[in-house]
This record gives sequence, structure tokens and C-alpha cells, in this order.
Amino acid sequence: MVVALHAEWTKWRTLPGQAWLILGIVALTIGVSYAAIALQHCPTVGGCIADPVKQSLVGIEAGQAVVAILAVLTITGEYATGMIRVTFAAMPRRLVVLTAKTSVVMALVLAVGAVSVLGCVLAGRLILPGHGFTPANAFAAYSLGNSTLLRAACGAVLYLVLIALMSIGVATAVRESAVAIGVILGLLYLFPILLLVVSNTTWHRHLEQIAPMLAGLDVISTVDLKSLPLTPWQGLGVMAAWAAGCLLLGGTLLRLRDA
Amino acid sequence: MTMLAYQSEVTDSRDSFGQTVRSEWTKLRTMRGWLIGLLLAAVLPAGFAFLGRSSCAASTPGPNGRTVTTACPGPAIGPNGEAVNDTFFFVHQSLTPSGSLTVRLTSLTGLYPRDGYGTTTGTAGWSSGLQPWSKVGLIIKENTAQGSAYAAIMLTGSHGVHFQYNFIHDVAGGTSSLKAPVWLRLTRSGDTITGYSSADGAHWTEVGSATLTGLGSTAQIGMFAASPEYVRQTSSRSFFGAPSQATGVFDRVSLSGGTAASWNGTEIGGGNGDAAVDTGVAGWTQSGGTFAVHGNGDIAPDVGTASPGGGGPGQSIDLILVGDFVGLIALIAIAAMFMTSEYRRGLIRVTFAASPNRGRVLVAKAIVIAAVTFVAALIGTTLALVVGLHVLHSGGVPVLPIQKLTLVRVVAGTAVVFALAAVLILALAALLRRTAVVVVLGIVVFVLGWLLTRGGLLPTGVADWILRLTPAAAYAVQQSTPAYSFVPGNFTPANGFYPLAPWAGFLVLCLWAAAALGLAIYVMNRRDA
Repeated sequence: MVVALHAEWTKWRTLPGQAWLILGIVALTIGVSYAAIALQHCPTVGGCIADPVKQSLVGIEAGQAVVAILAVLTITGEYATGMIRVTFAAMPRRLVVLTAKTSVVMALVLAVGAVSVLGCVLAGRLILPGHGFTPANAFAAYSLGNSTLLRAACGAVLYLVLIALMSIGVATAVRESAVAIGVILGLLYLFPILLLVVSNTTWHRHLEQIAPMLAGLDVISTVDLKSLPLTPWQGLGVMAAWAAGCLLLGGTLLRLRDA
Repeated sequence: MTMLAYQSEVTDSRDSFGQTVRSEWTKLRTMRGWLIGLLLAAVLPAGFAFLGRSSCAASTPGPNGRTVTTACPGPAIGPNGEAVNDTFFFVHQSLTPSGSLTVRLTSLTGLYPRDGYGTTTGTAGWSSGLQPWSKVGLIIKENTAQGSAYAAIMLTGSHGVHFQYNFIHDVAGGTSSLKAPVWLRLTRSGDTITGYSSADGAHWTEVGSATLTGLGSTAQIGMFAASPEYVRQTSSRSFFGAPSQATGVFDRVSLSGGTAASWNGTEIGGGNGDAAVDTGVAGWTQSGGTFAVHGNGDIAPDVGTASPGGGGPGQSIDLILVGDFVGLIALIAIAAMFMTSEYRRGLIRVTFAASPNRGRVLVAKAIVIAAVTFVAALIGTTLALVVGLHVLHSGGVPVLPIQKLTLVRVVAGTAVVFALAAVLILALAALLRRTAVVVVLGIVVFVLGWLLTRGGLLPTGVADWILRLTPAAAYAVQQSTPAYSFVPGNFTPANGFYPLAPWAGFLVLCLWAAAALGLAIYVMNRRDA
């Protein structure tokens, strides 16, 4: 297993363009978050945003797309070039290969996600108090000593890791970059689109509970938690279930199918 | 026996642009997976439109203990066919084809519920203050039905004197700081209505005039008061809205051409249980030559969910088309693979051997993918519209009426935008040659970009800039109602109002696509295949 991990790590770090993906995740996440809070002032004529913590982590919604690329490419990249047959010749136990790849990607996304989220939190710390989001205006102090902010930040990093796991599962199942990316981003963004058309309130609530992105991002909500269809950690649990389901499907197909 | 050598049936000629286009079309149509993707793009939107079915019906107790269900009332329809708000208090009498009404408006005041509505009746719980577009003045209207033709001269809460007619026309008169007392006059000569204002009743200024068709021989003339909803934003997506009331006090009333000796009071669009009732004030009072008119509501085009307080019953047409963006995911993947698959199998070298002019190959590919995407998106959008309108209609949900030309712009415009998006994706794929990266870029820009802005996930300021600078600006072609400067409203992307005009937003996408295609041709000519 250690050998498999070492092999996968070597493959990953020697590929060209990986630095761009890492940079993309960090820049996109922090950039979108920064843009979303830099324009907010409180109090304003139009009123304040309700949840500055969630707003300062909104870049996750864009950054997750690059995390998905990173995870998908570790699988489909090998299928595109035929490298996968060499890999299986060297390490015939397929689930060991999948576990090794998954572990490498998990560790990477954990590290990169932590840096990105810390960047968002730092931006929030520097900007939000100066824009009126202070205890004086009935907002909780924006610092990592605040347990809800700490929960939101840790949850955001875990959410990115789960997105990577789900992507690996889907990519292993479909083996084609474009299709895999389409399916993953479809799963993430399709539910919010669906919510715009479904007006039945019962269905609306159920959709919010099962949608991977909507439920998963409950974990970065910090105010009005009672109005959420799930508690923050339950929401992340739904996302974890999606990731586990996709990995299971991918792993099963990998085990059964010809490479 | 003689043997004939095999001879190809292809005629001997130089490669032409037509042949290049044809070969690219052959490459596309012989991939089964891509055809399935195109089919999905044509069918999925209608499926989403079907999921959007909902019913809107009001239940009232009927005879014999049964419940009578009726469809929701739709918005009133104005003389130009658009949805309108037409609710106000009208003190009126009939007018001959020629006549005029002159008054002095001595005061304009208002009430609004600062903290809540419905908890108290009577004047308790109301604060004094006008809404910016509270309207009090004179009006000539075809009849007392909602949506009938009208022209009016009015003093507004904080925009001075305005002359407005038939809901969508507005002329500002004088300075916006103008306050009561002010003299107002409205004259009718046949179908021509002219509005005047004056500070002293001696020197009159014409504010505007309008020609209304269908006024008939007896129109209604009189004094009116209206006040749109009071709105306070409580958080980024929550509003608190409640009816407000405006009161105008008129004296020195002088009417010529009237057909009755006395005035009648009518609450146009009444029976909604709005402010005029809850403040405990009667709609109008007359003592001697002084009239006080109290009204709420608005005389203005219906701007859907952008209306203060969330808007009327009509659903906006572009929300029926949200399923298009699910189909777009498939189209983006096909456009990217149409280019990157050439590199993956080394087919690109065969392609360039057969047709060495690389720019021509890329343009041929762009034409093929644009045409195919356009057709798939047009079918998808049209089917979605037909299915969506049908399920909304059968559920009794009113849809905001839309001008025919605007409908064509929304449907065909969406298909053209998707076609150009496919060209942009193709060019990016030629530049980057990484399928996953290009597909993600495409989905982030065109699907997430739409979701973050129209879906209301980002605050308005950020959403506006995304819709000005990125290719997603082209979604302005889907705006179905204009943003009127003289209507109070929350004209944000989340409510279907875009920062750029439809043609300007479309031009932004054209520039992106042209730049990417140009760069791709330049790079391909210099790069090894």
C-alpha cells in the first residue's frame, strides 16, 4: 500500500500543469469570496447581508469546480493515454490503486482547501469589521475563536474533500473527462436550478435536503439555523453519502470491468 | 477477360470550404454519444418545464357545503397588452369629448406601517410619510375597469410633477423637489389629453400631452390617489413590504364638460383588503369645495417579482426556460470534445493533412457546432415553452403577458447565445486542449454564471459586474420586461433584470467568441499539431 501511495504521488507531482490547478483552486475560492464581501457595507439603505460568515466563504461554490477537475484528471488522465493498463500491470489489485489515488487526492485537497478557506477567513477578518459587521450591529465577532465560524471553516474544507471523493467516484465510473465533469457539475448545479422551478414547498424542502451542494453547504451557515432544512453537520452528512455512493459505484465498476 | 482497376468515385478537385464543413459535419453526426447529448439538450428543458408545474387556485365555500375552486386571478392587462397594476382611489364623473379640470392640490401626505401590518387596525400603528412614487392628481380614464386607457397629471412623493399615460409612458415636469401646494390642470379635446401645472394658478406650463384611442364619448375624469407598497429590506434576500396610503387635499375645483352635478368615489381594483380600509379612513370626503382623497396601490406596469413587496400573481416567462441550462451542460461537453477528441486520437494530423489551412478547419468546426447547437437549443427552448405554458395554464397559474417580438427575442436569442457559447468553448478547447479544464470553464461561466446571478446566489453588486464583463452578459436577451425608471422596483438580476440592454449583452459574448476564435486560429497556425 505504501508503494502504491508512493507511485501515485510520484505520478501526480510529475504531471505538468498541476501547479495551475492548485493555484486555480486557491485563487478562485479566495477571489470570489473577496469580491462577494468587498462590496458589502452595513448598515446600508438596502439592509445588511444576513450571514457575513457564509458570504465570506461563498468562493467555495466556484472553487469546488477546480477541485473536481483535479480529482477527475487523476483518473481519466490515465484512461486517455492508456497509462491505466500499465498501472494495473504493475499493481493488479485495482481497489488498492483506487485507494492510493483517493488518498493522495484527499491529502492534497485537504491541504489546498485549508489554505483557501484560511485565505477567505483572513479576507473576512480584514474586511468585514471595517464594513460595519461588528457586534455593535448585532453580528457575532468575526474571529476563529468564534465556534460557529470555526465550524463553518472546518466544514468548508471537509466539503471540498468530499467533492474530490465524489469526483473520483464518478470519473472512475464514466472514464471520460468531459462526461465526468458534466455529470459532477450537473449534480452540483442542477438542484439549485430545479429549485427555481419547483414551487411545491414540500418538494422544495426535500430537494434542499438531498441536493449535494445545497445540503453540503449548510455547514457554512451560521445564522438562522432553525430555518435550514437540515442541521449543518447533517447537511455535510448528506454530501458524504453522495461521495460514498459515487465511490462505491466507481469502485465496483472498476473491479468488474475491463480496463 | 479484362480487369478494370478500382477507381475512386470522388472527383478530382482542390479542397474547398464546403468540403471541410461537410467533413466536420460527418465527424459530428457519426458519434453516437454526441447525438445522445444533443437529444438530451433538446428534451431536458421540456422535462424541467414539466417539473415546474404547480397549481394556483382559490377555494371558496360554495352551496351545499361544497368547495368552489377557481383559477387565480391574473394581472390586469393594459392598452398595449402588458401586465399592469391599476389600483387607486378615484373621485370621478363622466366627461364629454371636450372639457377640462383644474384644481389646487393643497397638501400631499402619506401613512405607512413601519413595523408590521395587519396587527392593528385604525390609524394606530401607522407612521407619517410618503413613498417616493406616491401619486396624487388628476386623471382621465376610459372607464373604471382595471387596465383601461388613461392619462394623468400628478404630484409624486419625491419626484415632482409627472404626466403619465397608458402605464408605460412618462413625462417629468419641472423640478423633483416640487411640493404641495401646486395647481394642476388636465384638458381633453377629442382623443388628445394635455396636462399642465402651475405654482400660482395664473401662469401655466404644459407638462405633456397624449393621444389616446378608444376614449369614447363619455370618459371618466376626476381626482385620484395611489401609493405603492412600502418596502424595507431586512436581509440580502428578505423584504418586508406592506401597503401604504397617500392623501391628497384638493380645493378650487373647477370642471368644464362634466355631465353630472356631483362626484362619485370608486376604489379601482378594490376589494383587495388594502390600506384604505385598514387605516379606518374613508376613501374620500368632501366639505364645501374641499376634497380629501385617500388611496393606495399604483398605476404602473407590472414588473413581476421586482415589484415592491414581491409582485403580483404573474410568472415571468424566462423562468419557464431554466431547464435550458441543464441541456447547456451537455452542449458544452460536446463542443469541447468536438475539438479535444481530435487531439486524443491523433485525428488532428489526418484532418490537417487533408485540409492544410488550419484557420479554415477551425472556422468550419465553429460553423458546424454553432448550427447544431442552435438547432438543439431552439428545439429545447420551444418545447420547454410549450410544455411550461401548458402546465402553468392547466394549473391555473397566470403568466405575465409578453410582446410577440420580445418572445421571439427570448426564444431565438437564447438559442443564438448557446450557439455562440459553443463557438467560444470550441475555441478554448483548441487553445487549451484539456477537455476537463475546458468543460469546467464552460460550465462555470455559462451555467454557474447564470445560477449565481439570475438564481440570486450572489449579492446584486457582484452579479451586475458579472453580467457586464463575462460572456454571461448575453443572458440579457432573456429579459422579458423593461426596467422602467418611473416604476418603484427592485430591478436586480435575481428578479430578471440585467444591467446591460439585450443587444449590448449579446455583443459582449460576440466579442469574447470572436477574440477566442481569433486567438485559437493564430495559436494553431504557429503550434505543432
